[in-house]
Amino acid sequence: MNEGQIRQVIIDILERIAPDEDLSELDDAVPFREQMELDSMDFLDIVMELRKQYRIQIPEEDYEHLVTMNSTVTYLTPLLKDVESPA
Amino acid sequence: MPKDFLKGVKDEYDVVIIGSGLAGLTSANVLARQGYSVLLLEHHYQLGGMATWFKRRNGHIFDISLHGFPMGMIKSCRKYWTQEIADSIVQLKGVRFENPQFSLETTFDRQDFTCILREEFQVPDETIKKFFDTARGMNFYDDQDKTTRELFEEFFPGRDDVVRLLMEPITYANGSTLEDPAITYGIVFSNFMHKGVFTFSGGTDKLIGHIKDELLANGVDLRIRSLVEKIELTPDRKVSGIVVNGKRIGCKTIVSNANLKSTVFDLVGEENLDRRFVEEAKAVRLNNSSCQVYVALKPGEEIDYCGDLLFHSEHKGFDIDAMLSREISSRTFSFYYPSTRPDREGPGRSLVVSSTNANFEDWANLPGDEYERQKKDLCETTLDCLEQYVPNVRERADHVEASTPRTFQHYTRHWRGASFGTKFEGLAVSKALPEQVGGLYHAGSVGIIMSGWLGAVNYGVIVANDVDKYLTPAAAGV
Repeated sequence: MNEGQIRQVIIDILERIAPDEDLSELDDAVPFREQMELDSMDFLDIVMELRKQYRIQIPEEDYEHLVTMNSTVTYLTPLLKDVESPA
Repeated sequence: MPKDFLKGVKDEYDVVIIGSGLAGLTSANVLARQGYSVLLLEHHYQLGGMATWFKRRNGHIFDISLHGFPMGMIKSCRKYWTQEIADSIVQLKGVRFENPQFSLETTFDRQDFTCILREEFQVPDETIKKFFDTARGMNFYDDQDKTTRELFEEFFPGRDDVVRLLMEPITYANGSTLEDPAITYGIVFSNFMHKGVFTFSGGTDKLIGHIKDELLANGVDLRIRSLVEKIELTPDRKVSGIVVNGKRIGCKTIVSNANLKSTVFDLVGEENLDRRFVEEAKAVRLNNSSCQVYVALKPGEEIDYCGDLLFHSEHKGFDIDAMLSREISSRTFSFYYPSTRPDREGPGRSLVVSSTNANFEDWANLPGDEYERQKKDLCETTLDCLEQYVPNVRERADHVEASTPRTFQHYTRHWRGASFGTKFEGLAVSKALPEQVGGLYHAGSVGIIMSGWLGAVNYGVIVANDVDKYLTPAAAGV
């Protein structure tokens, strides 16, 4: 997957976790938590969903990379580069 | 011939869940949705653990712990259960305090508490704001040395009336005391203060019915009346199976929703664990137990609105020893109005459940006659007290009975009938268990913060994530 596809995977997950949020205005450079109501359980859900879909393991010490969309995509790119896009 | 509750069970599962408290149920659901084969074993004939209810003659249904939980449950139920369960959550109207120091009713949220602290207790706005912000900013990994008593002393020196207002509901909710770490108070208090207190419309029986349907739909193998006797390990200390009702079943992982101490000492056995871990597990203190008195009014008898939760005390200040004593001076009444079960047909049902925190030792060794006499006495003194809120309650009551720490022990099999899990140090032991035994996890009421409705659901998810991590083979795409 390329960066755009990875971004879409994260958007799809966020839509399921927070169905009431409007993600079309999401600023990729600003922390998720400053733009929507996400708590630590929601980040756990993102990690579980990525593991379920792509079998990637994100250790707890790496959760800090999941702060903004940009940092999340940067972190996931090497882990997902050889994985086919779901679409 | 006795019924075989394990009829048709498979020889092997990915995950066995021991106990069907809310943490165990939620772990089961999350892991089944992830595609694992899950067997859930419950010793009682009913699912739910402390999230439970019982029925009595004349159609009375008593809820044990339905009132209440923070708004966070809506989101957790939607994510880890169903939209339908989340939609059944409704806000409670009011929490009332009646004691020698003050008498008031509140919606139990930050806005209303700010108002009360300012108007009724003359606390400066700045102090109130700083206190709320401090509590809100607390994390479980912060400094654990500061006690709740010290936190209150810092913000409200010498004000045991303020302490009572802030502490009494939390002690009721999770058994914590002024000596517990301030962070446990801050986290739980802030969860409630976010939006107030909530409950499930339709009662615990309806909730657990939904939960059961969802588990079955997701393919969980559910077994009641199935008591796990032993956890089986390989020589290199990995989980290989369990023994339940005398039968061995293989598994790759186990989530024990049994009490932490019984998991470690009864199911695993200290001979199978590192000495240092055993010492730490031994040092974990259990929280106290409870007594409850259940009062059902005759069908159609209505109670004038008294609040949903009423913290009644005749004790001058806030005093935990007095709250635990058998010489009861403090009671929490949960009023269940007909609206608790809005779909129910026939005359409206009004019930009251009185809860008091209690020490197991005070009840454990009473001989049969004395135990019955003490229970009767508990019912009578509770009715005496309730009379001021529900006039002529004795004539209007249709059914009255009491439960004690022994009752809690019988139904939950928790050591010492603990009704709120363990003190804070239990969390570290619970989390360290998988390092001792590969594939063995504990998800239950521990550390005060992983307790209550919301704590139990969320801890079930956190542990399910760890199990999923363990069961997922090495990263793909490498």
